[in-house]
Amino acid sequence: MTTNPDNQQQSFFLNMGPQHPSTHGVLRVLLEMDGEYVRDAEPVIGYGHRMQEKLGESRTWKGFMPYSARLDYVGALPCSHGFIGLIERMTGIEAPPRAEYIRVITSELNRIASHLLWLGAFLLDLGAFTPIMYTFDDREQVLDILEDVTGSRLTYCYFRVGGVSRDIDEPFVEKTRAFIQRLRSRFKLYDDLVTGNIIFIKRVQDIVQFTPDMAMRYGVTGPILRSTGIRYDIRKNEPYSVYPEFDFEIPVGETGDCLEVYRVRLREMEQSLRIIEQALDRLPQGPVLAKTPRQLKLPQGDASFAVETARGELSYYLISDGGETPYRLKIRTPSFSNLSPLSELCRNVLLSDLVMVLGTLDLVIPEIDR
Amino acid sequence: MKQYFSLLFIGTKSLLVGLGVTFRALLSPAVTVHYPRQKIAITPNFRGHTLLVKDRSTGRHRCIACMMCERNCPSNCITVVGEKPEGATKKALTAYSLDFTRCSLCGICVECCPTQALDFSDEYELAAFSREAYHYNLLEQVEKTA
Amino acid sequence: MGTTILLPPELLRMVFTAVVVIALVFLNSLILGYVERKLAGRFQLRPGPMEVGPHGILQLMADAVKLLGKQFIIPQAANSPLFRLAPLLAFVPVGASFIVVPLSQKLQVRDLDVGLVFIVAVMALNMVATLIAGWASNNKYSLFGAMRSVAQSVAYEIPLLLSLVAVVLMTHTFNMQEIVLSQDNIWHVVQQPVAFLIYFIAGMAETHRAPFDLPEAESELTAGFHTEFSGIRFSFFFLAEYTNMFFVGSIAVVLFLGGWHGPQLPFMDYSAAVWFLLKVYSLLLVMIWVRWTFPRVRFDQLLNFCWKYLTPIALVNLLVTAVVVKL
Ligand code: SF4
Ligand code: SF4
Repeated sequence: MTTNPDNQQQSFFLNMGPQHPSTHGVLRVLLEMDGEYVRDAEPVIGYGHRMQEKLGESRTWKGFMPYSARLDYVGALPCSHGFIGLIERMTGIEAPPRAEYIRVITSELNRIASHLLWLGAFLLDLGAFTPIMYTFDDREQVLDILEDVTGSRLTYCYFRVGGVSRDIDEPFVEKTRAFIQRLRSRFKLYDDLVTGNIIFIKRVQDIVQFTPDMAMRYGVTGPILRSTGIRYDIRKNEPYSVYPEFDFEIPVGETGDCLEVYRVRLREMEQSLRIIEQALDRLPQGPVLAKTPRQLKLPQGDASFAVETARGELSYYLISDGGETPYRLKIRTPSFSNLSPLSELCRNVLLSDLVMVLGTLDLVIPEIDR
Repeated sequence: MKQYFSLLFIGTKSLLVGLGVTFRALLSPAVTVHYPRQKIAITPNFRGHTLLVKDRSTGRHRCIACMMCERNCPSNCITVVGEKPEGATKKALTAYSLDFTRCSLCGICVECCPTQALDFSDEYELAAFSREAYHYNLLEQVEKTA
Repeated sequence: MGTTILLPPELLRMVFTAVVVIALVFLNSLILGYVERKLAGRFQLRPGPMEVGPHGILQLMADAVKLLGKQFIIPQAANSPLFRLAPLLAFVPVGASFIVVPLSQKLQVRDLDVGLVFIVAVMALNMVATLIAGWASNNKYSLFGAMRSVAQSVAYEIPLLLSLVAVVLMTHTFNMQEIVLSQDNIWHVVQQPVAFLIYFIAGMAETHRAPFDLPEAESELTAGFHTEFSGIRFSFFFLAEYTNMFFVGSIAVVLFLGGWHGPQLPFMDYSAAVWFLLKVYSLLLVMIWVRWTFPRVRFDQLLNFCWKYLTPIALVNLLVTAVVVKL
């Protein structure tokens, strides 16, 4: 027990985590509480540290491929996309257009899967047990589609330097189109069950405020940044792959509260559907894997590559001394920066609100710890 | 005052709409499968642990013990042992073991094999009581398969 | 009614009824537990328990056996006597309150003249049990749960009482059997729909069930006041929750839905319990339905809702009732 000299009120410390139902992994938040009010919230990270960057330095680029998918296991494909893009940028290998299209389609499917998981888990944090089952029902469809082409359900190792490991076929296209139809019709259900629900609105609206200023100071990216009104999305601002060929919008919000973040994420799913639809329509023919030398040496120098994952900007920075393994590999993960403003955000909110904010941040803990 | 009642009204309505959604779910059939009794067909592209494939024409595996897979595996989970039998010019495979506890199912070994000797199985029921149960002897496996 | 000398046949009836009631209380937890899980499954597009027995009807038995087999752990820092007492205190009073609930004309252990007052008093004990459980665990999360339950009960008990008083004003009695009899022609829910709704909402808060499951609030407080309880002690809380649900439902039926009134059956004095149970379970189904649909409210929102909406509306309702009755 410590005493706060200002108002002679007693405050005490509460450990939320590392095992707690709503930290979604081994995150610990050290809370200074005054009754149910959170006076200060300090995230303590590192419980799931796996030395991802060091592993990258001790492995060839090929060897790091499976690891890149284990950064953010909920949306693994965009993470792999980043790493593969980095190697391609360094070595000058180019993937054939069909492969780029497939990369975009699968990445966007993965983004939808990630957002659906978030939606369910977020509502679970708010105490609604049923929506997660509905979102899982939808997410299962995505996973089935992705499993068909990549061979796994969660930690895909599908992208290769110079393309993708397996071509998509006609059934894949059909199933994906069916899924687009299905998800579009399901948005109504989510609106009825969640978006309009008075309890939900009261729980998330105007509780905490993300401001553009705060977001910039902490390097917050992704839907949270966009909810404050800043139109920043790597897919538009620093386009990679074939994203410039598609017509899609970057949803932005205005108020920057948690309800706005929620709305931005839902609208992002709709935009992802649009991208997938266009990509399927224009899918070029051709090979999906360019010829690459068996033993690939990284040229001397450095390069970086950023992608927009479901959570925000993920970027790799690699320095090479010309050997087979990188000299240094730095990974910037979005969840880490998105978690950082927690202590500033959650002053004098209730414990329930803190749980809600943690849910809004959409954290993947191993991605924070790397 | 007006706001007081409109909130009450809108709130109640939204709650009833929500109840409607779950009620419709109550009447629609379950989407899950009763797993151990019912199984869904698994995609042929599924990546289970790796296997040595049996060549239809020769009835044997195609591995030439070149060690490419062992060298390329990022998780160091493959051990290939090949010996030159007396009088032969080429090495022959004498043991191929896969430590599946460390395999990340990346598929690099399958792709780099010069003779396409490897493929993925469609085994997904993997529960076992000991760690050793996941140390697969692939050579023995391929010789046992019909 | 009010007889001080118990005649043997009357004694026999009481013993019989008591046995029925106790059996019912335990059976109810099994049935309700199963129904809830099955329905939760159906709401979530899955079949619910399926493995133990046909369609999983024996699932709760299996769970009970599992709970019995578990070690019960008393944390070192816990207040041991209170920690042992809390589960009993959670369950026994609610169970005991069924003494005055008229399942039918004859199936009522004791027909107290102050039946309703007795019931309301017992309801308040429920909160004490939660408080003790949370306090004795010596766990911060449990303590949060306990405090929330106190704050919550202060808020919902007032509208709950006010809605009950509206009925009392109409019937001029606290006697449960007489309240039922007064609904011979018309159920009170028709005359008092507002009071019924308020009672039902407050009742849901009383049972600590979603969307008002603040003392447990899994995603916030891990398991709230019963975080530290395991094995048989935990199962007492489980029992208490379902008994409490049944209890809240029973009172709603007695006061608003005509108690055991229903179409004529043979041996109506006893068999009318069928109608009573039917009504109670339909109410409970609605409660389950609500639980598996909505997110949880925040506790200050619950307080706001109770003070700003339920209490004033209940007061106005009471006032109108009083005026109408007087006229
Ligand atoms: S799949 Fe990857 S990790 Fe597994 S054995 Fe092959 S190369 Fe090694
Ligand atoms: S790469 Fe293929 S041929 Fe070479 S050792 Fe491995 S399995 Fe055998």
